[in-house]
Amino acid sequence: MSGYGILIDTTLCIGCYACEAADAERWGNPVSDKHILSSVQNTAVQQVGETNVPRMCMHCAEPTCASVCPVGAFEKTKTGAVVYDADKCMGCRYCMQACPFDVPKYQWDSVNPKVTKCDLCHDRIEKGGQPACVEACPANARIFGKVDNLIQEAQKRMYENPGKYYPSIYGVREAGGTSILYLADKAFEKLGLKINLPDRPMPNLTWEILSKIPNYVFWGSTLLSGVWWITNRRKEVQAFELKLKEMESRNNNGHSDKHT
Amino acid sequence: MIIRFGWGLGASTHLSDQMPWGLWVGFDVVCGVGLAAGGFVVAASVYIFNLEHYRPVLRPAILTAFLGYILVVVGLMFDLGKPWNVWHPIIMWNPHSVMFEVGWCVMLYSTVLALEFSPIIFEKLEFARPQKILHTITIPMVILGVILSTLHQSSLGSLFLIIPEKVYPLWYSSNLPYLFFTSAVAVGPAMVIIESFLSSRAFHREIEIDILSQIAKVTVVALAVYLVLKIEDINTMKLWSVVFNFNFEGIMYWAEIVVGAILPMVLLISPRVRTKPAGLFISALLVVMGFVFNRLNIAITSIERSSGAAYFPAWTEISITLMIVALGFAIFRLAVRYLPIFPKRREEVMKIPAHDVVSFLHIKSFDRVLTKEYSEEF
Repeated sequence: MSGYGILIDTTLCIGCYACEAADAERWGNPVSDKHILSSVQNTAVQQVGETNVPRMCMHCAEPTCASVCPVGAFEKTKTGAVVYDADKCMGCRYCMQACPFDVPKYQWDSVNPKVTKCDLCHDRIEKGGQPACVEACPANARIFGKVDNLIQEAQKRMYENPGKYYPSIYGVREAGGTSILYLADKAFEKLGLKINLPDRPMPNLTWEILSKIPNYVFWGSTLLSGVWWITNRRKEVQAFELKLKEMESRNNNGHSDKHT
Repeated sequence: MIIRFGWGLGASTHLSDQMPWGLWVGFDVVCGVGLAAGGFVVAASVYIFNLEHYRPVLRPAILTAFLGYILVVVGLMFDLGKPWNVWHPIIMWNPHSVMFEVGWCVMLYSTVLALEFSPIIFEKLEFARPQKILHTITIPMVILGVILSTLHQSSLGSLFLIIPEKVYPLWYSSNLPYLFFTSAVAVGPAMVIIESFLSSRAFHREIEIDILSQIAKVTVVALAVYLVLKIEDINTMKLWSVVFNFNFEGIMYWAEIVVGAILPMVLLISPRVRTKPAGLFISALLVVMGFVFNRLNIAITSIERSSGAAYFPAWTEISITLMIVALGFAIFRLAVRYLPIFPKRREEVMKIPAHDVVSFLHIKSFDRVLTKEYSEEF
């Protein structure tokens, strides 16, 4: 996969919440002590058992949010970031319903509400920088780079530390692949990460149906026109026959009248 | 209403980040569109299949559909976070989105419905020319209407295709678009029956029982197809054990199937029930109730477990929904009174004995008010 991403090594995260503070600063949000993704937290470190699990938008290769949005408010940029345009958004919240990672959150208490989620600091990346959370991390639990390089790095860590890691990289296959990758020392489902996602990108599920529409419109309207033509013809013929019968009977009556 | 627009969705609903869709999407939009399906079913029967004997119920069906879609848009205005951007799909395209497709279909179909409905108004105003023009484009318009309807009725089901890991297995199926379509075809005639029944009582009009019991057969066939699809689903997805697991979801599932499909189907197959106004009405009401149950189950119940959040609509959500429904009844009644909706019939009035309808207190009392007001005017 081209584009940039982040490798999160949960075995290194110390739960200092420096990333959350950097995130709050970037978005102008108050620092929260809830440590859960919300409209004021685009990244959050959740403690699951003994492990700290930093969460954020996964920046999918084929984002479900971008696929479902009726106004195309989400876009996968060249940097790899999935970004959201609040000016386009009409607030149907299909993105929230559809996201396989439950990432987009909503400003429920606003009268002009926006969807909120991490944007991978794409503006900083474009200027050659790093995402704020990566920069802030003192433990190197998040490293930034090209996704392909990150996968190699993850494999290297697993190879160099036999037995330390759960033998899989979360995000390589999930929902068709994501730009955020996870390493962990236990099974991912034990960290609250969803493992019941298909390997194929989610948008395929609806595209299979939607792509049939042009065909359907053509054949459907042809068929309906055909049905109408047949039934209408039948009606005309019936009306004609009825008329014919009437004329006949009138003629017959006329004849008999003359004879009597 | 003031809370909704003054303080936002958070204050006026029980929606949350875990449950972003609730009653307004589930009922006002998803059910609303489905309940308005009578319009295209009857229009197709009369115009495309040339089943002339359905013509007397064509206009009420078109009116219901037209009203239904208007009310869906009203409901949408409450539910959307930024309703002033509702027109955005017109210029901001995303053909990969099911919601985009539904939006376009609803827009186009509402236009078609407006055109299909307008002859009634022109007739009232005695404008001959527009009537003539509309008459010549009737068939292409109806065909377009049917195509658009099949598309978005089924697409409302496709909305949920993209969340296989969130929907409770009982309701997730690759058949969802087909299930939504067949159930819409089933509920459309049921709504026509209910309206004819209610308005016949309200306006002391003779009920078109022969036509209505004919049209009820459409519902029976659609329900049969629906049940076959459901069974196929359970079989291919190997859900027999889930079906007979009577947890919360299991009970809701059975309630929807028994009330909305099996029971009315059995009732309507019997000619004795089908040819009596009360029997027909109760069966149709069951179909509608089951339909609403089904849509709410899919939009809300099926998501709750995976989201980990319980959702029950706030009083504000419920009252706005009721307001929209009441608005529908009120406009329908006004339209029937002032426009040539129902055909002029013989003078004598066939009264339906009150004891035929056992419960349904609300509808009865609502009726009585209508009847009273109406008879007072004469």
